[in-house]
Amino acid sequence: MSYYDPKDLRKFGNITDWSEELGTKFFDYYGKVFEEGALSAREKSLIALAVAHTEMCPYCIDAYTKDGLQRGITKEEMMEAVHVGAAIKSGASLVHGVMMMNKVNKLDG
Amino acid sequence: MTKLKTQSLHKRESELAKANKQVEYLSNGIFADGELPTFAKKIKETSQFPLKPKKLEILQINVGYMCNQVCEHCHVDAGPDRKEIMTRETMTQCLEVIKNTGAHTLDLTGGAPEMNPDFRWFVEEASKAGIKDFIVRSNLTIIVANKKYHDLPEFFKKHNVHVVSSMPHWTKGKTDKQRGDGVFDASIEALKMLNDVGYGKPGSDLKLDLVYNPSGAFLPGDQEGLEKDFKKVLSEEFDIQFHNLFAITNLPISRFLDYLIASDNYEDYMYSLVEAFNPSAVSNVMCTNTLSVSWDGWLYDCDFNQMLELKVASKVKHISEYNEAILNDRNIIISQHCYGCTAGAGSSCQGAVA
Ligand code: SF4
Ligand code: SF4
Repeated sequence: MSYYDPKDLRKFGNITDWSEELGTKFFDYYGKVFEEGALSAREKSLIALAVAHTEMCPYCIDAYTKDGLQRGITKEEMMEAVHVGAAIKSGASLVHGVMMMNKVNKLDG
Repeated sequence: MTKLKTQSLHKRESELAKANKQVEYLSNGIFADGELPTFAKKIKETSQFPLKPKKLEILQINVGYMCNQVCEHCHVDAGPDRKEIMTRETMTQCLEVIKNTGAHTLDLTGGAPEMNPDFRWFVEEASKAGIKDFIVRSNLTIIVANKKYHDLPEFFKKHNVHVVSSMPHWTKGKTDKQRGDGVFDASIEALKMLNDVGYGKPGSDLKLDLVYNPSGAFLPGDQEGLEKDFKKVLSEEFDIQFHNLFAITNLPISRFLDYLIASDNYEDYMYSLVEAFNPSAVSNVMCTNTLSVSWDGWLYDCDFNQMLELKVASKVKHISEYNEAILNDRNIIISQHCYGCTAGAGSSCQGAVA
């Protein structure tokens, strides 16, 4: 058995059990964030999906894949969103190569 | 040419083709051991049990289970092999009721209702009864399936029929996956034919609405958002117009139940439905203002109960003995499939209810 159990996602709401105030504040905030605003709920869903992948959170991947399907988002759109996350993630690694280059130049330039 | 997606459960001689097996399945497992509350228990919490009808507004008549398609998730288990078809005699009994009912909407469904050989006669006769809203649920592909159906748009127009048609997605891939190869292209062609005679145009009295139901084990999203997306793509890419989109939840019965079980999605799906339970949808579920008539004249609380063979709990059970006052006094028969009608914004043949 792995540390992650898909059924645990259903228990997310129970977080409030041990700290009603903070839990409720979090869920209110969370709900508000995903409402239609300057960005559409659809756009937010795709951003969430991309971030779910960069965070490598299985619960969020489950949740926002399903959310996307419910909104009629196509699998091509979802995959592009995942690539955006992956590109930023790999770009973030690679851009640190500049640090390495700086150091090499300083020590051995 | 459209290609059939699958075979009906009846044809496959599946256990789940038997309605009582489905009812049994829905009462066992997670609902029997109390992991999830039964629908009855859930609506008791908000004092909405027993579920009672309000004023009858819609008479929904299923003229037969025969269909030119075999969609993966069909709750009717319809297909070309289904021979249950309403006879002219039963239609005549229905016409008597249509003339005298207090309902303002007549809703013909199937299968593909147009495949019933007496369909046109029935529509002609029924349209004389002066019903305000006369709906025919057309699967679209039937219009282009055979030459003899090509004039259906004109026929619908002549009788001022309100056309309601299924369209699971605006992409070919998703539509064909659910409904069969070639269904998307055929549906687009049929929608164009309907538009050409004036259906679906802004301001037109010739009403053309689309029904969206999810292509898999997930609930429909917000109806308004989906309608916006459908309108945008259908108009930009295909120059097609329609009036409203009804987002409908797939109920866990018949072929959709079979699919949920086979794909190991049943429990998760039931959890999603129960979690999305919306008490304010309960008072507007379809059975509170609709009666459903089967091809052989039996009466049901809704089309879903018809497929589960759960006849109305009333002294009056058949169209031949129809009595609106007695029928309106009944309790509605519920089971766990009813959660499909109360999830989120609720779901009915006319879309969201809450
Ligand atoms: S969903 Fe409609 S079109 Fe598809 S098989 Fe069932 S009755 Fe026919
Ligand atoms: S499935 Fe039928 S009986 Fe159950 S709530 Fe829905 S409309 Fe009513």
